[in-house]
Amino acid sequence: MNEALLRGLTPSVLTVLVRRGADFAAAEDAVQDALVEAVRVWPDEQPHDPKGWLITVAWRKFLDATRADTARRRREDRVDEEPAPGPTPSVDDTLQLYFLCAHPSLSPSSAVALTLRAVGGLTTRQIAQAYLVPEATMAQRISRAKRTVSGVRFDRPGDVATVLRVLYLVFNEGYSGDVDLAAEAIRLTRQLAATIDHPEVSGLLALMLLHHARRASRTAPDGSLVPLAEQDRGRWDTKSIAEGIEILQSALARDRLGEFQAQAAIAALHADAPTAEETDWVQIVEWYDELAALTDSPVVRLNRAVAIGEADGPRAGLTALAELPDSLPRHTAAAAYLHERDGDLTTAARLYAEAAQRASNLAERDYLTRQAARLNTTLRSRQPAPARLPEERPRPL
Amino acid sequence: MAKYLLLKHYRGAPAAVNDVPMDQWTPEEISAHVQYMNDFAARLEKTGEFVDGQALAPEGSWVRYDGEGRPPVTDGPFAETKDLIAGWMVIDVDSHERAVELAGELSAAPGAGGKPIHEWLELRPFLTAHPTGEECIAHE
Repeated sequence: MNEALLRGLTPSVLTVLVRRGADFAAAEDAVQDALVEAVRVWPDEQPHDPKGWLITVAWRKFLDATRADTARRRREDRVDEEPAPGPTPSVDDTLQLYFLCAHPSLSPSSAVALTLRAVGGLTTRQIAQAYLVPEATMAQRISRAKRTVSGVRFDRPGDVATVLRVLYLVFNEGYSGDVDLAAEAIRLTRQLAATIDHPEVSGLLALMLLHHARRASRTAPDGSLVPLAEQDRGRWDTKSIAEGIEILQSALARDRLGEFQAQAAIAALHADAPTAEETDWVQIVEWYDELAALTDSPVVRLNRAVAIGEADGPRAGLTALAELPDSLPRHTAAAAYLHERDGDLTTAARLYAEAAQRASNLAERDYLTRQAARLNTTLRSRQPAPARLPEERPRPL
Repeated sequence: MAKYLLLKHYRGAPAAVNDVPMDQWTPEEISAHVQYMNDFAARLEKTGEFVDGQALAPEGSWVRYDGEGRPPVTDGPFAETKDLIAGWMVIDVDSHERAVELAGELSAAPGAGGKPIHEWLELRPFLTAHPTGEECIAHE
């Protein structure tokens, strides 16, 4: 029973139903029911034409649900039992589905949930597990999202940028529960790249592949973070890196630069370096300049300051960092790192401890606490034990 | 079965016996501590007593309604004295004794010098939504 095959068919089955006149929300429910049916039936007898089977079953489920509704409302509308076979959905239809699920009227979390369910074919339970919320909460989030986009015309061109942002969000959620959201994001971005020829889609796919290639080396066996410079580069997935670089190069050749291509270029430069010392930081700074021109993101400027610290020395990095508000996430951590590189261990230790207090996730908090601990241990071993005054003792008069 | 909340405080609990801030430990001591905590949670999952565990950021604020059409008031005059919850673990156990036993184990996590921290943890029973069978029978 090939779940990947099943989920890959989801968007085209859904679009067939919508093309036949089913409203999006009802069609989506019917497709989910058909998927459940397939999981039950296929292990015993896999149909010759899986897609045709799914369309037939989903359409029947849709009709049943419509009839039940109709009966409830005592309407006498006759639904045509056997519709004329709809046109085979073109890739455009799948694209429309991406646009719909990332519609600007949806909040990011709703768009993510709807995309995973309607385009990705994940069950509500799987999505809930991946985002660590109760299933009932996720079910509500998805049905509200469906209601929000129920009036959206299916044939309007959408905005590729909104779709890319949603896929990027899914990718960054990473891995919890039994669904690998990073792998799912890559699958959906690959599928999108097959339906639309757009350099930023390629850029995002390349970025994901290059980033994902380092996953095995990013955490130690005990779950702690391993920074880029200390990662075992032998464990990077060279196949993924090669594919990412190839996709990126053909995207860049089209000379329509965007933020995802620029981010992918930076990831590619890291992937290209046989050792951390051989990283081409000068070129990375240039790409950060490009990126800063494309997006006015403070996070980009913060990363740029760190790259300058590598390219031109920690003092230059600290100067670049001083121009940014220290309320930025990771500002303190970056300052700690640059001060350490500059040899000021006392300041660095203090800032690492402060950065740990401000970390937004456990892995980062533990990592920064360890850095502070490491420096404080070094400082203690360097210094003679502090002179202590003898304790005042009450003396008998 | 009864659910208990184990509360860990950044501030507001009586001082631990081995009360050294984490950034003053050695990296190995931190690893040992993290390992102990992970093993503890994993073991409770295996025994079927683990429900949930979450850590909280130290930065937080007090918020209060300030009347119709006005924005809420944040962080009252007691910002410096507020109790700070660091995180919690929810366990589902057979008896109060078992809850105390587990809280004691958690408090024994190693800290500076590899010695147990002996930190004070707050143990709070959940109020159940309905009377449990035993209580019902007692009142019949």
